[in-house]
Amino acid sequence: MSARETFLAEAAKRILITDGAFGTEIQNWKLSEADYAGDLGLTHEQKGNNDILALTKPEVPEAIHRAYFEAGADIAETNTFSANRISQADYGAEHLVREINMESARLARRLADEFQAKDGRPRFVAGAIGPTNKTLSLSPDVNDPGYREIDWDTLVDVYKEQAAALVEGGADFILIETVFDTLNAKAGIMAVRHLEKDLGREVPIMLSMTLTDLSGRNLSGHTVEAFWHAVRHARPITIGLNCSFGATQLRPHVKTLSEIADTLIMIYPNAGLPNELGAYDEMPDTTAGFVGEWAVAGQVNVLGGCCGSTPAHIAAIARKVAGMAPRPIPNLSPVTRLAGLEPFTMAA
Amino acid sequence: MTVSHSGSRFVNIGERTNVTGSARFKKLIMAGDYPAAVEVARQQVENGAQVIDVNMDEGLLDAVEAMTTYLKLLAAEPDIARVPVMVDSSKWEVIEAGLKCVSGKPIVNSISMKEGEAQFLQQARLCMDYGAAVVVMAFDETGQADTRERKIEICTRAYKLLTGIGFPPEDIIFDPNVFAVATGIEEHDRYGLDFIEAVVEIRKACPHVHFSGGLSNLSFSFRGNETVRRAMHSVFLYHAIPAGLDMAIVNAGQLDVYDQIDPALREACEDVIMMRRPGVGEDGKTSTERLIELAESYKGKDKAEEKAAEEWRGWDVTKRLEHALVKGIDAYVVEDTEEARAAVAARGGRPIEVIEGPLMGGMNVVGDLFGSGKMFLPQVVKSARVMKKAVAHLIPFIEAEKDAGTKAKGRIIMATVKGDVHDIGKNIVGVVLQCNGYEVIDLGVMVPWTKILEAAQEHEADIIGLSGLITPSLDEMVTVAEEMQRAGMTIPLMIGGATTSKVHTALRIDPAYEGPVIHVLDASRAVGVASQLLSDTQAEGFKSSVALEYAKVREAREGKGQSDLLPLAEARANAFPTDFSQKPPAPVEPGLHVFDDWDLRELVETFDWTPFFRAWELAGNYPAILTDDVVGESASSLFADAQAMLARIIDEKWLTARGVCAFWPAARHGDDVVVSTGSLDPQVIYDAVELGIAEGPDFIRLPFLRQQFKKSRGRANFCLSDFIDAKGDWLGGFAVAIHGIEPHLERFKAAHDDYSDILLKALADRFAEAFAERLHSHVRTTLWGYAPDEQFTNEALIREEYRGIRPAPGYPACPDHSLKPILFDLLKAQDNAGIVLTESQAMLPTAAVSGFYFAHPESQYFGVARIGRDQLEDYAARRDVDLQTAERWLRPNLD
Repeated sequence: MSARETFLAEAAKRILITDGAFGTEIQNWKLSEADYAGDLGLTHEQKGNNDILALTKPEVPEAIHRAYFEAGADIAETNTFSANRISQADYGAEHLVREINMESARLARRLADEFQAKDGRPRFVAGAIGPTNKTLSLSPDVNDPGYREIDWDTLVDVYKEQAAALVEGGADFILIETVFDTLNAKAGIMAVRHLEKDLGREVPIMLSMTLTDLSGRNLSGHTVEAFWHAVRHARPITIGLNCSFGATQLRPHVKTLSEIADTLIMIYPNAGLPNELGAYDEMPDTTAGFVGEWAVAGQVNVLGGCCGSTPAHIAAIARKVAGMAPRPIPNLSPVTRLAGLEPFTMAA
Repeated sequence: MTVSHSGSRFVNIGERTNVTGSARFKKLIMAGDYPAAVEVARQQVENGAQVIDVNMDEGLLDAVEAMTTYLKLLAAEPDIARVPVMVDSSKWEVIEAGLKCVSGKPIVNSISMKEGEAQFLQQARLCMDYGAAVVVMAFDETGQADTRERKIEICTRAYKLLTGIGFPPEDIIFDPNVFAVATGIEEHDRYGLDFIEAVVEIRKACPHVHFSGGLSNLSFSFRGNETVRRAMHSVFLYHAIPAGLDMAIVNAGQLDVYDQIDPALREACEDVIMMRRPGVGEDGKTSTERLIELAESYKGKDKAEEKAAEEWRGWDVTKRLEHALVKGIDAYVVEDTEEARAAVAARGGRPIEVIEGPLMGGMNVVGDLFGSGKMFLPQVVKSARVMKKAVAHLIPFIEAEKDAGTKAKGRIIMATVKGDVHDIGKNIVGVVLQCNGYEVIDLGVMVPWTKILEAAQEHEADIIGLSGLITPSLDEMVTVAEEMQRAGMTIPLMIGGATTSKVHTALRIDPAYEGPVIHVLDASRAVGVASQLLSDTQAEGFKSSVALEYAKVREAREGKGQSDLLPLAEARANAFPTDFSQKPPAPVEPGLHVFDDWDLRELVETFDWTPFFRAWELAGNYPAILTDDVVGESASSLFADAQAMLARIIDEKWLTARGVCAFWPAARHGDDVVVSTGSLDPQVIYDAVELGIAEGPDFIRLPFLRQQFKKSRGRANFCLSDFIDAKGDWLGGFAVAIHGIEPHLERFKAAHDDYSDILLKALADRFAEAFAERLHSHVRTTLWGYAPDEQFTNEALIREEYRGIRPAPGYPACPDHSLKPILFDLLKAQDNAGIVLTESQAMLPTAAVSGFYFAHPESQYFGVARIGRDQLEDYAARRDVDLQTAERWLRPNLD
């Protein structure tokens, strides 16, 4: 069975669990610059370059993956949110992109296989690709709305380099996450298409949008429904929302997406909203209570956490939804679904 | 375009953003005027386009560059980008470049099997990878599908190939080719019917697909006969839409309402398109021959119109009144109204019945035509003039009867707020509302809130409408809203005028008043807003939807991180580095120059007509607007009326152009410019500023504002003072105005002639602008004389290609209106040009322009935009006013 088929088979049985935040977990290790930099001989300061730990301090991401699997996760998301040429350039580490992604994927793969061997339950590795800090849809210059800091072809190449290394390292899926710019996500999809042509096989895509305002749009202005129309051609194995706000604020948008998407729904919100000090203090049972409501309503297939969530949160969510029926995938009528920032449907 | 067809789900495609279909759009793109080209798209979306077709296929254009530039600009406009784009080109490279810039899910227009299956499928796969629906032309290796069978054959083949590679069938839109009919060639006779029949068959064979077509080919053999072409297009759509046509690329101006086509012509078109009478009929003619014959009678539309002009005088009086109202003909209206009144009186009726019956009936026709975009503003204002004349004739009879008056749909108080004198827009809105049966009580200009509230209470008004043009009026509107709240009023408040906006209304005015507050974008929206506000059934829904919309605007505003501001010191450090080695010479004739009566005839030559049409809500640039497909007729007629009035203004000397200008030695001091009214030696002022003794009546300080938003890519944070050398320089100033308008306006008022009233005001504005432009040129070549040899055409002048700028207080580079009194004192503008300022610093007479002259070749216009608290505090200190006062002056730039 291919990874897609195994995943669909598991998802038909139960609500699957993906993992939680890495950034806040890494902070607990109180790592020094020397820990981050290792002996790579890089000229820039590396503190804060969480992704490079795969090369310099692999025991940290390993411990975190282990903690999430022990908490009940079915999926490990690689610690590679910023492991692309654009973001790594800020650390002078763009030449290490391939290595970071390969090692991160290998690490997650090894842990996944170890846990699967223990209890026979399939575990999956999602190769995580962040949005980069450049956008294809918006101009950074208010006086020049037609200006773009990056072009499509460049971004496709950047994503492809990362995706190829993740797959080579053992990732089952490519997770294009925290999509604030829909066009960036479309470039990510194109990059995976190119990769598939090189490999001669399917690389299933997971897509996760992030909302920047409560009315339910991302930064490039797309509504949840318009986003779905814009990326449905990727035939993603999951579509969903991550980060954004806490679960309470995501509720209406989860409902919308679950009604219109004919694929699995994966939601991994933040652990509430940050407090005045920027810290997340929503308790695990509270988060689990919120996301559990979606499970009861039959709106989700995969649940997990984003900023501020911990292995305790993931364990609480896993306990909450254990034994609950997953959302059935709806059958959609074949109508033409177009989109600008808003959806436009042509009746049959 | 707007095509509606009952029961169908026809997709409305905006096709004016296509260089092959719109001469105007092509011109804008060729000229690189992308901002105006973006407005074309906005208008289409505002007019209901559900998809925007963008095509840049023009031989002289770099189509890839034009397509990507334009699509990126559209992406920055949320009002436009909300709808999907149709990326339209015959070149695949242009399409693919477009797909790399469009988010959402667009439509590709088009691909075909013209170059064989391999290329067709390769392009289809790419469309899938980019996530786009696709228009497939019925075209194969042997050519375009002409007959019904070929259309079916090619489309079903394409369908099989596409679905074979997993292309979603619902993302396929077939264009089975519309070809010309009635060409005289027998094989072409079936083309229209073949298309319609093929659509029916393909739809059966290919589930979930859609159909599109370009209509203009159909009527190709009737080029030059628009009446027949429009009728053919409408008849074709009437039959093709129920058959399955989902979308068509056609200009709304090329369509008629099916029911309103002359029945004889409609029959003839249907015979041809639907092949209803094949072969030669009893009259020995084919359907094509009959249509060609009939088409002759629609040629030379002018002749037909002349005939109609004589004819209508013979109609019955109700029809005559309606005709006069719709056509705006006032020549016979008093006589016709009297005839109608006498007829009503003869059967024992009351004079009011003439208003309630034929006159309101006629105005309803006008209102409907305007509402549905079939009539334009100047025509409506003319109609209103006819209406007012008719009503004026009836009023003595009505009063003699002591009738309470007609029952209006609602009573609306209109006013230009205190401190503001601009009323063209307000008058237009008033006229449009009256045309639609509302009673409008116009309180005029400079109306204090006390008077507005009193009038609203006295007349038991249903709505208050406020207007204003200058930025201080925005604050005054907030005051009116606050006072309405304090008075416990609940009636709706409508806000309009050039500087008003939905955002300002939502952020500032709406929170001040618990009753409904609605921003009205332009005159054409006023009726819709008023009717919903006063509707028994829709009012509550409308009010709450507007309130919700404004709450969202506020929320979005709060949530959105505004562009970062630099600390003032950093902004100053990033000042524009003017090269003072190029500083202008001393003026040839320094000091003050007064002009009591500039030749009006000369000013007319330098008119910039484009804003004149804009004042009438006619979109487009002069002179192209005169031949525009949509508004050309209306614009030409308005232009002719303007020319006639201009001739009288000049021959009968209605108006006088008075102005003053002056040049002073000046020096930059921080963000201030200090000018000297005593000595004429720039060295003196430099020394005085350096020594800190530039005080007293001979030294006038002009504090300017500096841009503070973060600049990228090496751009400076501009301030006007950057263009003046601290080591001694020169600055100029001017004020011009057009006098003498009042007696003429009174005359028009007495004649109930709003049309002429608005026309004269709009022309006076043009004179003032032309005078400012002409005087500036005189300054450059002669008085200051720094560009003695410049030669510019009027078009180049309008594009401001000359050296030096003339920014005005209250405009973006110099947004504080309160600099105007300082400028006016320097110029003694009241004595020298007869201009006075209101408390909000609006100029009287209204047609007036003032500003500063900066002569440095690097001086340029910019917008100060948002400034920080630090600059506000600094500015208050520089102006020596308290913080509150400075805050009031600069509010539009604060947040």
